[in-house]
Amino acid sequence: MEIIKTSELVYRYPAEEGETSQNALDGVDLTIEKGSFVVVLGHNGSGKSTLAKHMNAVLTPAAGKVLVDGLDTAEEENLLEVRRRVGMVFQNPDNQIVANVVEEDVAFGPENLGVPTEEIQKRVTASLKAVGMEKFADHAPHMLSGGQKQRIAIAGVIAMTPECIVLDESTAMLDPAGRQEVLDTVQYLNRERGITVILITHHMNEAVYADRVVVMDHGKVAMDGAPMEILTQVERLRALGLSAPPTVQLLHALRGAGWDVSLSALTVEDCADQICRALGA
Amino acid sequence: MLKDITLGQYFPGNSVAHRLDPRTKLILEVLYIVALFSANDWFVSYAFLALVLAGAIAVSKVPVKSLVRGLKPVVIIVCFTGIINLFWTPGETVLFSWWIITVNLEGVYRAFFMVIRIVMLIMGTFLMTYTTSPITLTDGLETLLGPLKKLRLPIHELSMMMSIALRFIPTLIEETDKIMSAQKARGADFETGSVLQRAKAMVPLLVPLFISAFRRADELAVAMECRCYHGGEGRTKLRVLRYQGIDYAAFAIGILVIAVIIALRYLNV
Repeated sequence: MEIIKTSELVYRYPAEEGETSQNALDGVDLTIEKGSFVVVLGHNGSGKSTLAKHMNAVLTPAAGKVLVDGLDTAEEENLLEVRRRVGMVFQNPDNQIVANVVEEDVAFGPENLGVPTEEIQKRVTASLKAVGMEKFADHAPHMLSGGQKQRIAIAGVIAMTPECIVLDESTAMLDPAGRQEVLDTVQYLNRERGITVILITHHMNEAVYADRVVVMDHGKVAMDGAPMEILTQVERLRALGLSAPPTVQLLHALRGAGWDVSLSALTVEDCADQICRALGA
Repeated sequence: MLKDITLGQYFPGNSVAHRLDPRTKLILEVLYIVALFSANDWFVSYAFLALVLAGAIAVSKVPVKSLVRGLKPVVIIVCFTGIINLFWTPGETVLFSWWIITVNLEGVYRAFFMVIRIVMLIMGTFLMTYTTSPITLTDGLETLLGPLKKLRLPIHELSMMMSIALRFIPTLIEETDKIMSAQKARGADFETGSVLQRAKAMVPLLVPLFISAFRRADELAVAMECRCYHGGEGRTKLRVLRYQGIDYAAFAIGILVIAVIIALRYLNV
């Protein structure tokens, strides 16, 4: 079953005066399966964020179509349904928290949807639990760390019972610990709750969590496949302005020096294993 | 430095006054103001209202000291009102006359009661803001003014704006602090020089602050839309305000106070 399907999606930002703009998205055909964990990679200006914004109708296509659960995002009357199904978490945690109290913020989505009060309370408790922030229900958001704020933002999305969460560079402004918190949370939601996760990032090593990696370049899908398949193509990635994870780079360098190692190591442990094996042999 | 600014004047607590519904407190506040201004200009009425205020302060457990401290910024207004009333009240019993200045007994009484009235008004208002968090107050205001929506007044939007403003105050203060440090690191001087120079020094602080505030507003609007915000229509609430027993009791007391004040006015004591 597919949750999001784009076909020949084209988008062009309005041109600044005196400049001609290029297509930010230039014929993207992508089908996202329900329950999958997709990481979208790409260098700055590759169109990955623009693509993300099409997935819940923040932007609507200039040409082509985006279907969310069969609903066309270009249709005005589908707007609320599309946005309920696909939640979005943005880059800056401060600019997406609406309320003064954590639980009020999580309740914001369901409140907008007109969910009855008792049901909202249940959802708020459940969502905070799902992101491991139940102890902070009555805290003020500005007292929390970046990672915690992003988890609140995720809880706010989950409270709308979405099918899919899009994280638009949500880890970019966080410190390593905060990034890990967010990644652990979305991984849990994907595995235990079956929520489709689309993670837009430029951190290569976050692709490790995915079961599918899409690399964007110049508004087109440049590479699409399993993480192992994509991340081991060191040269190809470099040509697209990306660098392979450090473990793969190390093995690639060793291989260049004549070692007999395979590149398929995305974690440090696997990498060490490969080197040990080569040394032992 | 900037982080020390206290926002609002809310004293967290769990007294009866804290537990009252914000709507009750707003209505009682209005009743109290009406009582103050319709009170007979004579000692009995004001003594009675002072008693009521003292009772409310005792119930709220707000330290009297902080209520008095709240009066400081308005001292000038109070003095001004007092002086105006003292000298410009027409009357016959002249107590004191020199050059163009005349003070009469009516003026003394009037000034005295006016000052008392304003002081009590301010203390009463502070008592409400001290025992109600700004966000609860906004909530109460929205519900109370709800019927005005029928007149197409944007009540929900106003209260949403207010609560977002409250939410972003700490964020913007933090940002101001950051920009100040950044500009100081580049040699900006915010503390010395004449008033004009210091005002000019604020420009490199305010420009980035405004730009970033607009960007934030933009991002927040998109984020709110993504969470299906589409105005107040069909919106439900996590917390629904409900009147409890103490609210009805408080209303009863409020009506009693008004009744006594009106009675005193007719009895003219």
